[in-house]
Amino acid sequence: MDMADKDATGLLAALATGIRSGGVEAVDLTHTLSPDFPVMVLPPELGQCQPFRIEEVSRYDDRGPGWYWNNISMSEHAGTHFDAPAHWISGRNLPRGTVDELPFEKLIAPAVVLDFSAESRADEDFLLTRGHIEAWEAENGRIEPGCWALFRTDWSKHLGTAKYLNLREDGAHSPGPDASAMEFLVKERDIIGFGTETIGTDCGQGNHMSPPYPAHFILHGNGRYGLQCLAALDRLPARGAIVFAAPLKILHGSGSPLRVFALVPAGTGKE
Amino acid sequence: MTEPIARPPKKDPQKVTRPPELPPVQRSRAALAMSAAAARGVFALQKCAACGEIAYPPRDACPKCLSQQLAFEPGADGGEVIAETTIRTSTDLYFRQRMPWRIGTVRLDCGPSVVAHLHGDVTLPSRVRMISKLDKSGNAVLMALPERETENMADDPELRELTASPKFRRVLVTDGRSAVGQAAAAALSKAGASIIFVGIAEPWKPYPGQERLAAIPNVQIMELDLTDTISVRELSGEIGGKTDIIVNTADHVRPGGLLAQGNLVTARDSFDVNVFGLQRLAQAFGPGMRARGADGTNSAAAFVDILPVHALANTPDFGFYSASAAARHSLLQCLRAELRPGGVRVMSVFTGPVEDDWRQHVPPPKVSPGKIAEAVIAALSGGIEESFVGDVARDVAARFLDNPKVLERELGL
Amino acid sequence: MAGSGNPRRGYHDVAVAVPVTVPYERYSIQPAHWWIARALKDLTERAGIRPTDLDGLSVSSFTLVPDTAVGLTQHLGLTPRWLDNIPMGGASAVVALRRAARAVEAGDASIVACVGGDANHVDSVRKLLSSFSRFAQDASYPYGYGGPNGSFALLTDHYMRIYGATREDFGKICVAQRANALTYPHAIMKTPLTLEAYLSAREIADPIHLFDCVMPCAGAEAFLVTTADIAKDLGLPHARLLSTIERHNAFPDDPIQMRGGWAMDIDELYAIAGASPDAIDVLETYDDYPVIVMMQFEDLGFCKKGEGPDFVRSHDLTSSGSFPQNTSGGQLSAGQAGAAGGYLGMVEALRQITGQSLSQSVKGARTALVSGFGMINYDRGLCSGAAILQGGGA
Repeated sequence: MDMADKDATGLLAALATGIRSGGVEAVDLTHTLSPDFPVMVLPPELGQCQPFRIEEVSRYDDRGPGWYWNNISMSEHAGTHFDAPAHWISGRNLPRGTVDELPFEKLIAPAVVLDFSAESRADEDFLLTRGHIEAWEAENGRIEPGCWALFRTDWSKHLGTAKYLNLREDGAHSPGPDASAMEFLVKERDIIGFGTETIGTDCGQGNHMSPPYPAHFILHGNGRYGLQCLAALDRLPARGAIVFAAPLKILHGSGSPLRVFALVPAGTGKE
Repeated sequence: MTEPIARPPKKDPQKVTRPPELPPVQRSRAALAMSAAAARGVFALQKCAACGEIAYPPRDACPKCLSQQLAFEPGADGGEVIAETTIRTSTDLYFRQRMPWRIGTVRLDCGPSVVAHLHGDVTLPSRVRMISKLDKSGNAVLMALPERETENMADDPELRELTASPKFRRVLVTDGRSAVGQAAAAALSKAGASIIFVGIAEPWKPYPGQERLAAIPNVQIMELDLTDTISVRELSGEIGGKTDIIVNTADHVRPGGLLAQGNLVTARDSFDVNVFGLQRLAQAFGPGMRARGADGTNSAAAFVDILPVHALANTPDFGFYSASAAARHSLLQCLRAELRPGGVRVMSVFTGPVEDDWRQHVPPPKVSPGKIAEAVIAALSGGIEESFVGDVARDVAARFLDNPKVLERELGL
Repeated sequence: MAGSGNPRRGYHDVAVAVPVTVPYERYSIQPAHWWIARALKDLTERAGIRPTDLDGLSVSSFTLVPDTAVGLTQHLGLTPRWLDNIPMGGASAVVALRRAARAVEAGDASIVACVGGDANHVDSVRKLLSSFSRFAQDASYPYGYGGPNGSFALLTDHYMRIYGATREDFGKICVAQRANALTYPHAIMKTPLTLEAYLSAREIADPIHLFDCVMPCAGAEAFLVTTADIAKDLGLPHARLLSTIERHNAFPDDPIQMRGGWAMDIDELYAIAGASPDAIDVLETYDDYPVIVMMQFEDLGFCKKGEGPDFVRSHDLTSSGSFPQNTSGGQLSAGQAGAAGGYLGMVEALRQITGQSLSQSVKGARTALVSGFGMINYDRGLCSGAAILQGGGA
């Protein structure tokens, strides 16, 4: 066993101790998968995203006297979920662009939390721009390569109400990044991916931007990942959390629901 | 004049719910053909093709010439009632629950004398108008009505047994997003339903007519998604014990045939709403309704499904949709048999193409949601098991009855 | 005209003997086989013959299912050379007699036992009704399920409207029959019936009230048909069969039943008997409801159609009265033991004219007319029959 191995062993032991003692806290960033969890709304003549559905197979009854289990079905993009590069046309030709092939070890990564909850509360169509991020960096330090950028809007608190999708005749209204923000994060800060509390990585009106759905387009076109419908971002520190975001290993899958969580130093999460 | 039925009081929680019993169920095969006509609201008797004799009760040979060419044909419905009785004691459990029961002998203008149920407003002797309706056992029975409409006529207790009148009943309309659902809710409100629960799936999605729907008297908006077993179960847990009539207005329609529409997702969505949605609804609400089939004035009465007439034969421009409708039709046949022990009727309202966004490319004639709502009320009030709304539905039905294989060819051209 | 090319012929030396009644019970756990066997046992013992001497058997029963007369032969150890099963309810005895008489005349059988008997369990009526006939199943029971009460209520209502009969008229028939029943030891009804009690009884199916209806019960009735010579050899008091008629589904175009099949055949009945209505000393009608009794007075020639009510008003119908009728009380007071109900009048008439009466004897009774009527297949009774017997043989 060389030094590096010894260090790693010590590191993991220390982590285990930290988790056991409560010094390291695990924060669940996942919403419960339930049938009434909204999914992306598209014009009805297009293919539709199937919401989560659950059918009981048996529950200690005549269908199976000693056991309880369900069959579940859903879109790859239902509930708290992960978008792989192949999800978007811009990422269609990238290697390892599907969830079964992507380098999942990269998905365990530090996270920065860009807290724009106040702005989002004030403006349901709040657009995150490069300027906003630069201002954030001025306060919190530079975003390091390979980390997750999590966009906190507190939008997850609208779940269960019409405000979550906030649909009107002209479409959904919810905050998201513009192209400048995404270009900056991907090209100049080399993030591994971008996470949001809303139904998509893009804002509600993303279809009307240039390019349309800039977060999807730029992230996936550059082999980066998306996390959507995240919960509990308000419990993460601006820096210092490590996010575990491994999707299901679906053959040629474009994404998947996942149990995503973060490890944080106890007491650093905001309330 | 008939005594109008009173708004039923709230249910006494200490009283045992009257168990549903059926009038005699057994019938000969010939009599079942009369029931088939009555299922469509037609008063039909057997007519001998050889000698023209009208025969009743249904039989297998003409009592005048022994010809076996007897066919049920819509008949002259006039007659004269020549004898009456009010039965006050019976060994039959259904009638025992409903004594006294008035019947009469009617000499039909077209020939035979028949024993028939007598409407309370029929006096003796007098001219009467005959109807043939399905009783709670699902079989045709004859009833003599006053020749002219009388006040509160539909409230006659014997007639009400032959219908599923929405008056004072509590109705669930399953999909209030659609124009058909909204029209049905409005029509039911007008027809005297005491509550109209209207199901809305994914309530976070706004929909046209939302405010107008909520403003209809006695409408209560309920969360209901027929593609979600849990949602259907939750609603039945909430209102299943007081749902007397279900009007299933949910319909997932998408154009395209089997090859053009390579999309299994859409096909699956169609089946999920049209077939499995019906199944979820039936499984969640059916047992409760079946147990409440004789629960007083607002007993459980009917399960109405509005489905495209192309359930009978596939129209390839809506190939998958037709297939889901055919499955739906088949399930309704199953459900009809399963709800019958409770005296709960399953009614199919077959429609032609509806005037909506999905059928913009379909040439007229099309059916307006209002017409469909009228047909629902007519089916409930008239106890009609199968009705056909709109010219296309009637045309397809007529062709289907004539020759289903020819119809397949015609629709496939 | 049917029958005109081959008119009925009279009977020669047909003897009817040994009237047997197995006392009725309102409810009994015994099946029909038990009741029929009991009647046959009484019949053979009183005739002084062994059961195997019966070479002819005619059976009527609603509750023998799944058996018929065939199964009974093995069940009872009989080996008849002539066997009949008559499913005609109230017309069973008359029809059984006519068939047996011809068998005896032809030498196809020597001693025929005619028997009608039925069980009555607590739920028998309901079960029997539910499988009675296809037309009743399709077109009668679904209408209030009144059974025969409902059908006869309609006939009675119509008859009252057309001919002005009143409940008092029907009551007079029922009251007179009850008076007769009080003299008959086997009658189910043991208490007097007043017209007031009749009129105030509870409604069953208007205008039918409680005492217009028979009491279903268990029981059996039987008699022997043989030749006059054999009857004499056995020393059996017997009656001679003079004449019979039978008709089914008469007047199908009548919109509602106002007459029975007798009206088609009555002239021949009397002609063959060489008698007229005046010669009848005792009348035993089929009386499941009083309206049909009144119709029989008309259709059997005692008065004209529509004069039934007046006829009743102007006669005393008791055994000691001006028109002795249903001298053991009829089914209305003696009880209706299923198909045995069709035998009740025949057996009673036989007793009356052979000096074996158990009820009050009709003075000088020698000639009896027995009428049968049965099977409400849909809206009316389909089978009718009648027989004239004359006593005096010993």
